[in-house]
Amino acid sequence: MKINYYGFKAIYFHEMDRFRRTLGQSLLSPVISTSLYFIVFGSVIGGYVQKIDGISYGSFIVPGLLMLTLLTQSISNTSFGIFFPKFNGTIYEILAAPISAYEIVLAFVSAGATKTLIVGFVIFLTAQFFADVQVQYPLLMIFLLILVSFTFALFGFLVGLVSKDFEQMSIIPSFVITPMVFLGGSLYSLDMLPEFWQVVTYFNPVVYLISSLRYSFYGISDFNIWISVGLMVLFLSVCVIIVSILLKKGYSIKS
Amino acid sequence: MSENQIVINNLSKVYDNGFNALKNINLNIKKGEIFAMLGPNGAGKTTLISIICGIVKPSSGKVTVEDFDIIEDYRETRSRIGLVPQELTLEQFETVFNNVSYSRGLYGKNPNPKHIEKVLKQLSLWDKKDLILRKLSGGMKRRVLIAKALSHEPKILFLDEPTAGVDVELRKEMWKVVKSLREIGVTIILTTHYIEEAEEIADRVGVINQGEIIIVEQKKELIKKMGQKVLSVELQEEIQDVPDSLKKYNLIIGSNKMSLAYTYNLEEKQTGITNLLQDIKDSGLRLRDLKTEQSNLEKIFVTLVRENNEN
Repeated sequence: MKINYYGFKAIYFHEMDRFRRTLGQSLLSPVISTSLYFIVFGSVIGGYVQKIDGISYGSFIVPGLLMLTLLTQSISNTSFGIFFPKFNGTIYEILAAPISAYEIVLAFVSAGATKTLIVGFVIFLTAQFFADVQVQYPLLMIFLLILVSFTFALFGFLVGLVSKDFEQMSIIPSFVITPMVFLGGSLYSLDMLPEFWQVVTYFNPVVYLISSLRYSFYGISDFNIWISVGLMVLFLSVCVIIVSILLKKGYSIKS
Repeated sequence: MSENQIVINNLSKVYDNGFNALKNINLNIKKGEIFAMLGPNGAGKTTLISIICGIVKPSSGKVTVEDFDIIEDYRETRSRIGLVPQELTLEQFETVFNNVSYSRGLYGKNPNPKHIEKVLKQLSLWDKKDLILRKLSGGMKRRVLIAKALSHEPKILFLDEPTAGVDVELRKEMWKVVKSLREIGVTIILTTHYIEEAEEIADRVGVINQGEIIIVEQKKELIKKMGQKVLSVELQEEIQDVPDSLKKYNLIIGSNKMSLAYTYNLEEKQTGITNLLQDIKDSGLRLRDLKTEQSNLEKIFVTLVRENNEN
């Protein structure tokens, strides 16, 4: 057995099955909360905000909110996916199975990314009800969504791997990702900020993600799109290296 | 492959906190046998099993399963092994059938609902196949763990305390399953606290204490070799002290003061019984009854561990 294809499939569908069993929590909950953003910021407040680069405010915030969902969902999906077996002890079975560490990671990350893309797709459809959403570069959009989902699912795997309890699990999404998305131009254009804060914002990596996704929608961006893609590939590489080191050392699970 | 299916050479494990769980273990497991590993809590039984199964990394030494190295050829070794862990660690919300099928997939086997059905029927779980695991009783969960370990048709089955917290009836049923697995050639290694269990089903017994193997022996041989017999001499009158003429026999006065116990070994040329009875008669004590009792595995185990701890 060179590749444990059935093992990969088992973990992947096991994770997808969990998603299906908890559909209310995993799909409905993010869709409802994002819809509330669309209603409050897009439809209600958006009516009083002038157009940004010729785009209505309601439409302008769609890529940012989509990115918020992608980031939080991909991280939480995979971090819970690997943390739970650690927590309830069922990880023994995965560790004792004839499956390589990389196959395990790939299975969890693929499942996490798939779930994220499903949620993202539903939110994208939902956005159509609240705003005029056009996609100028659909292939670029799909590429970015897939890249972001996989990258942050891998990051989520890392979070789940090193977390010792539920509190640690929630630190990264709540205290790092969400503020970075909100302060990363998801609900406003960087031009609206005073110059000092604009400079500060350049150090927020999420800014580049949101900006590139917005470019795929409306063809407007604060930065060169390839800077965003390059940064994301760099982040992905860093995650791959850290996960590889951890796996070699025994996943922080094996003693 | 030699007749030894698992070969463990100089295996040691020191945990990060400095605890030396295994010290230079050498052990061979033969194909098709039932090997019982006995040892007190913390002796290293679970660590040993966990290393062979790939859950814990060894500090030094080498383990091969059917001549494959457990580290370099882990896919080969692990696919041959099924593990039933000590703890009742199961998913909560999956059905029995799906969870057992999941285990089969994890071990790289193509889906085979017929085999899963066979395993579930063998463990009297078939009527529970659509129940979610959370709803099962402790005993049923234990069966599911065994079903999961058998889902990929392993050649070797590790049972870590399989009958801990299981009622007598279920325990006996499990022994039946273990014996039937042996009949189809599955090698079984079990750890247990219940000496009765080892005595009932094992071919060979290994005693592990403080990370070291103290003894490995055929069960019958062990009982024969180590087993002592006790001759109980019941008296017609109460006795306060052992008479001086009988001191050399190390007799123990019974709690009711109406009996004397003499321990001897059948392996020795002379058991000393004839002389003892003669000396009892000469001392004026009057006998009421005599009975002998063979010491069981439990007594042997306790003696071995106590001696090992003293050394």
